[in-house]
Amino acid sequence: MRITILPQRKHVEVAGRRRAADVLRELGFLPGTAMVIRGDELVPESGMLEADDEIEVRSVISGGAPCAADGTA
Amino acid sequence: MKCTRCKAPAEVQLRQHNTNFCRACFLFYFKRQVERAIDKERMVAPGEAVLVAVSGGKDSLALWDVLHDLGYQTSGLHLSLGIGTYSDVSTDKTVAFAAARGLPLITVRLAEDGLAVNDVAGLTRRPACSACGTMKRHYFDQLAVDRGFPVVATGHNLDDEAARLLGNVLHWQMPYLARQRPVLEPTHARFVRKVKPLFRISEYEAAVYAFMRGIDYVVDECPNAVGATQLVYKDMLNRLEAVSPGSKLTFLQDFLARAQPALASAPEAPPSTCAGCGQPAFGELCGFCRLVRETETKRERRAASGR
Repeated sequence: MRITILPQRKHVEVAGRRRAADVLRELGFLPGTAMVIRGDELVPESGMLEADDEIEVRSVISGGAPCAADGTA
Repeated sequence: MKCTRCKAPAEVQLRQHNTNFCRACFLFYFKRQVERAIDKERMVAPGEAVLVAVSGGKDSLALWDVLHDLGYQTSGLHLSLGIGTYSDVSTDKTVAFAAARGLPLITVRLAEDGLAVNDVAGLTRRPACSACGTMKRHYFDQLAVDRGFPVVATGHNLDDEAARLLGNVLHWQMPYLARQRPVLEPTHARFVRKVKPLFRISEYEAAVYAFMRGIDYVVDECPNAVGATQLVYKDMLNRLEAVSPGSKLTFLQDFLARAQPALASAPEAPPSTCAGCGQPAFGELCGFCRLVRETETKRERRAASGR
C-alpha cells in the first residue's frame, strides 16, 4: 500500500495486508496520535488495510506555545 | 468492530473510554461532551455572545463549528501572526471556514501593527512562542472588551491541558496551577471570562471531529513549535496513555476535582491597570506594552545603526 504521512508530506510503501495499528507502530506513531484515512473514511486501529490501498496517516499532535491560559489552540 | 451505541460498523476507537463509534454516533458523542462541559462548568450564560479565538487549526475550528451547531451566538477572532507562509495559510483557511458558514470573523494582522511574531521575536530575542502568547492574550482581551463580548472561548483540548499540568507540576508553578481551570472569571474590568469547552476532548477526538465534519484546517505544524517543551510533555503523556488508556483524562480530572480548589482558594492579588494601554497589568506596564516598547526601541536602534 502507498502511504502519505502528514504534515511531513512523506511517502512510504508498505507491502501486504496489514492491521492499521501495526502500520502506525511501524511508522513510529503512538496510539491515538494519528488518524488513518482511506478516501473519505477513517480506519480504526483494529481495522485492516489492503495491499492496494492508498492511505493517508495524519498526525493529530499540535502545540508550541507553553499552553498559556488564554491563548488560542 | 461495531459501534458501541448503535452496532453499525465503527470508524473510531476511543481506548480511554473503551468505546467504538460509527460516524453519526461519534458526532453525537462529541457534541454532547462539549454541551455537558459548557453546562457543568457554567461557561456561557443564556444569551451571551461568544468570541471564539480561531487559529485555523483543527481544535479552534472544531470548537467554532460545534458551538455554532449547538446554537450559540458566535463570532470568530483570528490573529494573523506574521509567521511567514504558515500564517498566510492559517488566515486563508479561517476566512474560508467563516465565509462558507456565514459566520462573522474579526481578523487582526499583527504585521499591520508592526508586530509580526517573527519580527518581534527576532528583535527582542525572546522565544517566539513567548512573544506570540503575550500578543494573543492582549488582543483577545482588548477586542472582546471593545466589541462587547463577555466571554472568549479557546480550543484548548485535553492533551493541551494535561501537558500544561505536567509542566506546571514538574516545576511546581503554584500561581499557574491555581489558575489552571476550564473557566477563568475576570479579575479586572478589562478582562473577560475565558473558557475551554474542549478541555475533556482529546487531540485525536478533535481531529476526528474536524475530519468527519469536512473542516479544512491547517495540518502543518507551526514552524516555531519545533522542539517546543510542550510537545515533549505531550509525547511523555502519550507513552503513558499507550500502556494505561485514560491516564491523561484521569490526571487532569483528578487535579481539577481534588487539588485545584485548594490552590485556587489562596488569595490572589488583583491586577492593576497598565499605564500604556489600560489593560490589566502586574506592574506599571502590562507584558504586551513592555514587549511593544522593547520592539520599538530595538527597531529604532537597528535603523540608526543602518543594519
